[in-house]
Amino acid sequence: MEDRVLLAHGSGGKLSHDLIEKSFLSALGNPILNKLEDSAVLEFSGRLAFTTDSYVVSPIFFPGGDIGKLAVCGTVNDLSMSGATPLYLSLSLIIEEGLLIADLEKIVNSIQQTAAEAGVKIVAGDTKVVNKGSADKLFINTSGVGVVPAGVDISAANARPGDKVIVNGTLGDHGIAVLSQREGLEFHIPVPSDCAPLNQLVAEMLEASTNIHCLRDPTRGGMATTLNEFARQSRVGIKLYEQNIPVNKSVAGACELLGFDPLYVANEGKVVAVIAPDDADKVLAKMKQNRYGHEAAIIGEVVKEHPERVVMKTRLGASRIVDVLVGELLPRIC
Amino acid sequence: MCLAIPALVKSIDGYHAEVDIEGVTRSISIQLTPEVRVGDYVLLHTGYAINVIDEYEAQETLKLLRELSEAR
Amino acid sequence: MKFVDEFRDPELARKLLDRIHRRSTRPTRLMEFCGGHTVAIFKHGIRQLLPPNIEMLSGPGCPVCVTASADLDRAIALSRLPEVIITSFGDMIRVPGSYSSLQKAKAEGGDIRVVYSAQDALHIARDNPDKSVIFIGIGFETTAPTIAATILQAEQEGINNYYVLSLHKVCPPIMKTILDLGEVRLNGIICPGHVSAIIGSYPYQFIPDNYNIACVVSGFEPLDILLCVDMLVNQIESEQYDVEIAYRRGVKPEGNQPALKLMDSVFEIGDADWRGIGVVPSSGLSLREKYRRFDAATNFDITPEPSREAKGCICGSILRGVSTPQDCQLFRTSCTPDHPVGPCMVSSEGSCATYYHYGDADGG
Repeated sequence: MEDRVLLAHGSGGKLSHDLIEKSFLSALGNPILNKLEDSAVLEFSGRLAFTTDSYVVSPIFFPGGDIGKLAVCGTVNDLSMSGATPLYLSLSLIIEEGLLIADLEKIVNSIQQTAAEAGVKIVAGDTKVVNKGSADKLFINTSGVGVVPAGVDISAANARPGDKVIVNGTLGDHGIAVLSQREGLEFHIPVPSDCAPLNQLVAEMLEASTNIHCLRDPTRGGMATTLNEFARQSRVGIKLYEQNIPVNKSVAGACELLGFDPLYVANEGKVVAVIAPDDADKVLAKMKQNRYGHEAAIIGEVVKEHPERVVMKTRLGASRIVDVLVGELLPRIC
Repeated sequence: MCLAIPALVKSIDGYHAEVDIEGVTRSISIQLTPEVRVGDYVLLHTGYAINVIDEYEAQETLKLLRELSEAR
Repeated sequence: MKFVDEFRDPELARKLLDRIHRRSTRPTRLMEFCGGHTVAIFKHGIRQLLPPNIEMLSGPGCPVCVTASADLDRAIALSRLPEVIITSFGDMIRVPGSYSSLQKAKAEGGDIRVVYSAQDALHIARDNPDKSVIFIGIGFETTAPTIAATILQAEQEGINNYYVLSLHKVCPPIMKTILDLGEVRLNGIICPGHVSAIIGSYPYQFIPDNYNIACVVSGFEPLDILLCVDMLVNQIESEQYDVEIAYRRGVKPEGNQPALKLMDSVFEIGDADWRGIGVVPSSGLSLREKYRRFDAATNFDITPEPSREAKGCICGSILRGVSTPQDCQLFRTSCTPDHPVGPCMVSSEGSCATYYHYGDADGG
């Protein structure tokens, strides 16, 4: 077996077959995948949730995870945000020629571990290899399906004045962890990416209350962008309380260093929920019992005022608008 | 032109220093503050220490703020 | 965070605000000359909390906003040369020049990299000896010494593929220009915080002496800014004008002498073109003859097209404190952070971007 991925590994011949057997099936194998048919035939009843995402993160290994873990969590979480129980994932890899097989196997193991934690199976896969320079080491696409239980109706358009806004923990951990590895920035931060599968947490929240109106995972664009989406789609205002927003102090320090606002930094293990006021406290209590919810907090509420806008009350008691992220977050001097 | 944050100097090696900002550590240049010592706080701007923070003055400013806020 | 959190104490802030409300009796117009202050004031909502007789104006303190279109066009033209790597602080990437931006030039194939520090640009030069690495040098006296340090380092190490396009500017001359223009009648100036960490407070003495305007050097946390406003109000109410330092933990009256010497050894003062204002004498920094071999302005052959300003853009008068973003026809219509027309909307510290993002949120 070679130590690096070659173009030939993607051509469908013996090398491809060897790669699939040794590097994929050995870790991800399950009765459906092992059949190696052209498509997986699955049985469902009820409403199906379906999502897809591509992952191009660089570097592919970062404190707290890697692109494989990210790919599983991202899709599992997207399904969870519709209230679905995630069941099956597809896994497509576009590999840059020259990637170390050892790295590929680390990532596949990571996929296996995360899928096992989330209770999902990889049932379809594809591998392509491209010329050096045509991909940045590894790109992954995952699509996923899950079943939405009857009666569950969660949508960004469901927020109502009076609802509370809850998040399960600290903001900005993922974005900062990835950035810390980027060439040129290279700072060391003791806080790893928060990348995590949240389907269990969300299931527990839904068990605790049937009045959860909105759920979303604040990934690119951060919490600020997600809350603006809720405000716009529900045609309501959202009021945030600066002192209630949980941010790890090292992440806050890194944000100060780079000139970032934690509200705009990506998260990969966070869920923001909009919940009817009477149920907020019990959902919060339930969340705190889950390993991914110990630092859950109520950070704001839905209001009639300033519709389609998110306004934050600062520590000083003044108010300022929290807009969506525009462009990219880039380190600045000003 | 102004983004500079306080950073604690943990070690010095020639023109470079390791600093700590709430657990975030980074190597920076102290070419502009050659007088800095381990244990000082510096103002960090784009990877350079631009000044050593005067801790005495910081305390005096806080004292002044408290006095002013009580004064009539 | 030490030296940060203590200066954000909401209780102390409220009491200081009460004090300012009690003691400020006359119409008071204050201008801040540092983009960082513009952002801090908006971020913490300070404008809303001050008494209505105090008006706050933003001056040309955002080095990104005041970079002339022609200069940005040159940077973009340089990016199109073969074997050139452009390195820049993130602030400049989205700013529109006459025809394009560094971000667009990157999408068109230019090797343009965002760096956190000028040191990173030097690393890139070391790692790519067969390319020319050009650093786009923006920033005032806070940043110029750091670029000067990289030039000296490049000289010492014999790195001969590192260049700087110096678009650096200095503060006191532009402050004088704004005052001489007389377009806005000011009572007080919130002097830049970190520029002053380098240059000290003596360079502002001409302001109270010749213009009878109050001057206080401010830090960036809410209590720093409120203390500065309180000290300005003090001067204005008593009509005793001078330069004072509110940000004593960061600024000494004589500034940072090693940094000033370093800056002076590498750069010389010359005229500079300020976007929206025009040429301001003795307000820019260019590389001294001794360091010309690092000067991107003279070592590359480029002929950018004639520069032009976007129609309807009034960034210039906003930068001079004469207009506010709301006065601009393009604000929020054709000029938004998504598709900015002028630099004031792009730069995170630009007045327009700040007004747009932080806004005037009532019903808090």
